[in-house]
Amino acid sequence: MLTVEGLRSRYGRIEVLHGVDLFVGSGEIVTVVGANGAGKTTLLRCLSGVQPVSGGAITFRGEAMTCVPAYRRVARGLAQSPEGRQIFTNLSVEENLRLGAFIFADERVERDMADAFAMFPILREKRNQLAGGLSGGQQQMLAIARALMGRPACLLLDEPSMGLAPILVAQIFEVVKALKALDVTVLLVEQNAFGALSVADRGYVMETGRVTMGGSADELIADPRVREAYLGI
Amino acid sequence: MSDLLQFLASGVTVGAVYALVALGFTIIYNASDVVNFAQGEFVMLGGMISVAGVAAGLPLPLAALIAIAVTSAIGVALNTFAIEPARGAPVVSLIIITIGASIFIRGVTQIVLGKGTHRLPSFSGDEPLHVFGATVLPQSLWVTAGAVAIFVALWLFFTRTLTGRAVLATSNNRLAAQLVGINTRFVMTLSFALSAAIGALAGVLITPILPTSFEVGISLALKGFAAAMLGGMGSPKGALTGGLLLGLMEALTAGYISSHYKDAVAFFVILAVLFAFPRGLYGSNPTERV
Repeated sequence: MLTVEGLRSRYGRIEVLHGVDLFVGSGEIVTVVGANGAGKTTLLRCLSGVQPVSGGAITFRGEAMTCVPAYRRVARGLAQSPEGRQIFTNLSVEENLRLGAFIFADERVERDMADAFAMFPILREKRNQLAGGLSGGQQQMLAIARALMGRPACLLLDEPSMGLAPILVAQIFEVVKALKALDVTVLLVEQNAFGALSVADRGYVMETGRVTMGGSADELIADPRVREAYLGI
Repeated sequence: MSDLLQFLASGVTVGAVYALVALGFTIIYNASDVVNFAQGEFVMLGGMISVAGVAAGLPLPLAALIAIAVTSAIGVALNTFAIEPARGAPVVSLIIITIGASIFIRGVTQIVLGKGTHRLPSFSGDEPLHVFGATVLPQSLWVTAGAVAIFVALWLFFTRTLTGRAVLATSNNRLAAQLVGINTRFVMTLSFALSAAIGALAGVLITPILPTSFEVGISLALKGFAAAMLGGMGSPKGALTGGLLLGLMEALTAGYISSHYKDAVAFFVILAVLFAFPRGLYGSNPTERV
């Protein structure tokens, strides 16, 4: 579904992605784990088109995506729940969700919103409150729900567990697992390698702008190098 | 009593114009964090182009419409050719660009439309109305009604339409706006067009009362900026409040003390308010939780 080949990207003169290759199959949950600064977020920013690509190619559902502007990528089926949630703090929860479906103006928007509320009942309760007043966990749910409102074929999830209490982290990973039943392909970027690998089908390990390992989630969890470097075992 | 009413009436008229200029500042500031010091030139262009249209024999409504359309196009051009290419530059540089643009617009206007001072005919005559002993020009009512209409229309646009909310979303979080599929460049273009059109309309409304020339933009921009700061930069409600307060303070000072001191008193009050509320009366207080 999503193929990334030799992807390079730079901030000014400093190259942070030195040729990343990865592949996400239809219906899979694939995770990219790695330490802070490995380039995981930059990779997702490139995929969403908000970070310039200086080399390589992104192919999504058979179409070249590298030159598609960011605002057209949702329509192609690629939505992102970004790092740090990035919700619209001065708009209500419901308005945030409506804007997630900005490119749509049909009756399905209402249904999708009802589905989002069914998935995250707390958001229904707070639908008329300003999103900036939600707790961290609620904001994270809102960010995921907003991305789902864009009807993605592939959802890019950046650090959904960051800064959350352990019980909420578990809840968020349950949500990721549940997405599989909705037929949504997921590319999940995480520093919490154990949590991510335990819900994913496959995984990649990123280090300083390169993919250094890849394999099924079970293989990676069992790999002594991964265990030592990222799982702390 | 009739004196007070008289001062209030003229204060509201001038205040409505300041509020419209402040609103223009607010819209562009929200979309781009830029304080657009060419905002006063939009008001000047609205007045000057309609004057030229009327002088060329066009009926006033048509001349006004053309002035608003041309000014919007100039606003879009300002964004496309001056602000957009400098994207990524510090905000201070962008503000300096707008100051340069305002000098440029003033110069071109002087060459094309001349240095003269002009007035537009009043929309519905110059026969003053007498309200409780105060004398009100019909044009004052036009100005006030025009400002009210614009504020209501914008309020509906921002709260009732998806495009309006997309503009709010872009000003709140540009990255997230792009990620949900909003074309943030278009939002910028729209904001400049809207802001220029509002400025031009203010210019059309006020020119029958306040004669226009290529230079009137400077003082209007300063007053509108002061009003926007007083109300809280970025808040449309603040622009309205700040504009009206500034107009009323000027009119009351001019009436009861001396017209020499009207600017001094107004700016003194603004400074005092900003000492107490550094973000202005309706300034945003960040209430984000992490």
